[in-house]
Amino acid sequence: MKRLLAHIIAGAIVIFARVITAVRADWKGVAPAPTRRVYFANHTSNADFILLWAAIPPQFRRHTRPVAAADYWLKTKFRSFIGQDVVRGVLIDRNPETRSEDPVAQMAEATDAGASLIIFPEGQRNMTGETLLPFKTGLFHLATARPALELVPVWIENLNRVMPKGEIIPVPFLCTVTFGAPLAYSPDKARFLQAAYDAVLALKPDMRDG
Amino acid sequence: MSELHILFTGLLVLLLIATIVAHMMNKRRPSPSVDNLIARINAWWIMVLALAFAFALGRTAMVLLFAFASFNALREFVTIAATRREDHLAVAAAFFVILPLQYYMIWMDWYGMFSIFIPVYAFLLMPIVAVLKGETQDFLVRIASLQWALMIAVYCVSYVPVFLSLDIPGFEGKNLLLIAFLILIVQLSDVLQYVWGKAIGRHKIAPRLSPSKTVEGFLGGVISATLIGAAMFWITPFSPWQAGLMALGISLMGFFGGLVMSAIKRDRGVKDWGDTIAGHGGFLDRLDSLVFAAPLFFHLTRFFWMTNL
Repeated sequence: MKRLLAHIIAGAIVIFARVITAVRADWKGVAPAPTRRVYFANHTSNADFILLWAAIPPQFRRHTRPVAAADYWLKTKFRSFIGQDVVRGVLIDRNPETRSEDPVAQMAEATDAGASLIIFPEGQRNMTGETLLPFKTGLFHLATARPALELVPVWIENLNRVMPKGEIIPVPFLCTVTFGAPLAYSPDKARFLQAAYDAVLALKPDMRDG
Repeated sequence: MSELHILFTGLLVLLLIATIVAHMMNKRRPSPSVDNLIARINAWWIMVLALAFAFALGRTAMVLLFAFASFNALREFVTIAATRREDHLAVAAAFFVILPLQYYMIWMDWYGMFSIFIPVYAFLLMPIVAVLKGETQDFLVRIASLQWALMIAVYCVSYVPVFLSLDIPGFEGKNLLLIAFLILIVQLSDVLQYVWGKAIGRHKIAPRLSPSKTVEGFLGGVISATLIGAAMFWITPFSPWQAGLMALGISLMGFFGGLVMSAIKRDRGVKDWGDTIAGHGGFLDRLDSLVFAAPLFFHLTRFFWMTNL
């Protein structure tokens, strides 16, 4: 019963996202495939993973799980239903002091079970006006632990305009989700993270900023 | 058979022929441009069928169809507009208050209000809503582009269903034909300008705005659309030469509409307004000429043919 409800709500959320944003998936560097992947994207809105999720064809969407902050998604009953049951998020504790599980191990486990992941390596929503914040190291550690994973850079365009922080009414803007070519692994952490950062940034459409 | 039936039957036959020819070309020598042609023809099918349904269902369906087109056009316009997050409430008002109100007033046939609502009241409301946030950076540019978005995507598009409210003596119950005439001439003029340009186009007419438009295409398209308009007089309340002049006005406004909208796209650094309609780009890529032609055609018709203004 709960699963059915979660399924229906997931469908409704995707439809709503499509009605508001007419989201277009641009598979520039890679085609949708059942391969186990880590989609890593820029992060400006709480709805980012929903849009990315909606951009992935339904047959692969079910196996694609967002990695999200446990402190946010477990706060209320409703959020935890959405976070755990509807989008089947891999919920990690961002605070190294309090956490009992290693986030990288959690992610690796999820992929071992056959899931693809959506992660936002900036580690937080970017509300600074900067185009892209520096990446945290989780992506590197995950790639080191599971070298077989395909690392796909993603740029989500315009979603921050649909619902800026503090607003409650979503406003229609056309959104695009651009998927780039998989990133090659490098054992040099700094170099790897820089390449990952550049790969995401390179997908940003070069329309003039307002 | 009524004029409307003849018209739609003719259109369907034309589309059918185009579809068969395109698929034959695809079989003989497939290429990206044939793919694009097929995508365009498929989109034409959907557009003609949507219009046919709206025509068959009547006034409410017609108003809803163009409200839907306006919604899509407005979204495309604000997506490239220079708004900031401080304008969020103003943009929300444009989508969820102004747009529905405009079409509601058209549906209830309140000419005195819907004809000035956006140019006057929305014009004044937008800056008021935005100014409350206190952000002055680029204020004029932000508000002006929002006002433009409403004028183009809502106000001008909404002129199309308004034809249903016209009261022309001797033409009662046939106003749908005016809409059909308008859309037919606008779209034919676009297609014919393209075809003439491809066939004999040499001299670019506006190289910085629209490199593919040529003088030959412009003249050939406008003249042939004018002649077709004159030949279609039997679906209008006009005589042949009046219908020709109307078609000329529609084609010219359509041409300039295309230029203006492509100047805006270039200014904002985009190629198409969107990609909702395969092969055509966005809604505004298809509506750009209609948007400029509809108000002129409406007011000419209203001024000269309505007796009790």
